[in-house]
Amino acid sequence: MDRSDFNLDFEKPLRELQLRLDELRSASAEQNFDMTKEAEAIAARLEEMKKNIYNDLTSWQRVQIARHPKRPYSLDYIGRLFEGFEELHGDRSFGDDQALIGGIAWLDGRPVMIIAQQKGRDVKENLRRNFGMPHPEGYRKALRLMRMAEKFRMPVISFIDTKAAYAGIGSEERHVSEAIACNLREMAVLEVPTVGIIIGEGGSGGALGIAVVDRLLVQAFSYYSVIPPEGCAAILWRDRKFTETAANALKLGARELHEQGIADEVIPEPLGGAHRDPDAASAALGEALRRNLAELMGLSTKKLLDQRYNKYRQMGEFTESLAAGAV
Amino acid sequence: MPFFSKPKYSTVSPPKKKDIPKDLYVRCPKSGELVYIKEIEKNWMVIPKSGHHLAIDAPMRVKSLIDEGSWEECDANLESVDILGFKDSKQYVDRLAEYKRKTKLSDAVVSGVGAMEGIQVSLAVMDFRFGGASMGSVVGEKITRAAERALEKEIPLIVVSASGGARMQEGIFSLMQMAKTSAALARLAKKRLPFISVLTHPTTGGVTASFATLGDLILAEPEALICFAGPRVIKEGTNQELPEGFQRSEFLFDRGLIDQIVDRRELRDRIVRFLRAFSGQPLPAAANGSANAGGD
Repeated sequence: MDRSDFNLDFEKPLRELQLRLDELRSASAEQNFDMTKEAEAIAARLEEMKKNIYNDLTSWQRVQIARHPKRPYSLDYIGRLFEGFEELHGDRSFGDDQALIGGIAWLDGRPVMIIAQQKGRDVKENLRRNFGMPHPEGYRKALRLMRMAEKFRMPVISFIDTKAAYAGIGSEERHVSEAIACNLREMAVLEVPTVGIIIGEGGSGGALGIAVVDRLLVQAFSYYSVIPPEGCAAILWRDRKFTETAANALKLGARELHEQGIADEVIPEPLGGAHRDPDAASAALGEALRRNLAELMGLSTKKLLDQRYNKYRQMGEFTESLAAGAV
Repeated sequence: MPFFSKPKYSTVSPPKKKDIPKDLYVRCPKSGELVYIKEIEKNWMVIPKSGHHLAIDAPMRVKSLIDEGSWEECDANLESVDILGFKDSKQYVDRLAEYKRKTKLSDAVVSGVGAMEGIQVSLAVMDFRFGGASMGSVVGEKITRAAERALEKEIPLIVVSASGGARMQEGIFSLMQMAKTSAALARLAKKRLPFISVLTHPTTGGVTASFATLGDLILAEPEALICFAGPRVIKEGTNQELPEGFQRSEFLFDRGLIDQIVDRRELRDRIVRFLRAFSGQPLPAAANGSANAGGD
């Protein structure tokens, strides 16, 4: 790990301490001074400081980790957790969306259907993947594959990681809203177990379009929000300067989602985020996925669908007075 | 015409217009003509000459669709709560109080059961005056209950939408209303009960991306803005010029989203026709031949 790994605003104290540590170590090596003790002390302080900082992040700081350019993306997990991934392409109507991919893979010898939003690592890949923001074709392909999964009795596992469904002319012309709406309705009654995992950004309807599931797991530094904090600030505060305030007000972090009954489980991440140790992040994710899937596989279809319906049916907070006029 | 244009009651008072009694006349945004408001109200807020559809509130919409004396409102006692303790430039609770005072509604949906030419229906109507009819927990719950009522009574569901999108002040709970309402519609569909979705100006965001586009029939009023992301967001985000008429009913009709664009003054008759078809009944006795009879 070097200091360039601490490039977020709130990581500045870590960056500075890492710099001192690096300097001390190189000076010690060059000048043949034994400063092991001093270095150890700083390293210990660094570890302590990491714990303090990462365990006490605001919602906005968590969003920044969720968007970290080095954060593992869907394919990073798919490669680690599954065998024999066979990507399947196209919505049979217009095109193949590379921001929302899908296909068959094997998990511990069992075939499963994977649906995943995929961001690009570099400019070239991001152009192809539209920065992980799907068009209608992506949602329609996802629905096609989910129906295939239902037909051949494969559980569906969806990896959610998108800022939003793409807001563009083509997206609207081909009715992205209708594509998402259909997925919501069909996923609610899909007759196989479904697990969704938010591995970074759970951006609004774009995320929900593949996330109506029996179990929703959320990685510790992921977020899930009705609107990106930037958009919320622009609309309600009329100024993007309030993005941080909006992020905090929206209560969009993993822990809050769990408390609100939206996330079924929070998957722990390595200190500082999944990008610090993708293998460990993947192992924790795999453990939670296998456990939840095993529980769901034991249920009858009727029970599965009833539970899924009831789960979403009770979401929402309101009061219902028995005042006069009540019917 | 600006997006989200509201009926221009002459409440801004430039000196010249001082002689025009406000609340008595409305200026047509299309033709600029001044029209006596009583005349427009008789016409369900459609300006007779230009055919321009002004906003109509939910109680009046219900009246325009439902047989007199048959309406029974349900769930009128559901109210939003400030679950997140949300405060932007204003407290959410204060905004709610203001919307309630202004509209005399408890939230942005009026729902119930009534008859249309004797056919029992479950109807839910959104009212844009209530905070832009954004969808929070109450809106989602009322739409869901309207669907469940249709299911229980085995009657058709009709939803008239207008919405600025999800209610941000209720955070993730608002987003989940999209899933909740759509799941209820899945059950309705399995029972082969009709769902007719009517899109009015403007229908956007999470409402468009859930129940509003899941109708067996999707009908739209003329020139309504219907979209997922709003035109301003798209323009700023993509730096592209938007095509003529982008995201209006006619534009979406041309691109295959909408079954029919229906003039508000004909909406009731048109819906009745479809309800009869879906329940195996002959055309109404007084029906004229063409389903596409002129608008104005």
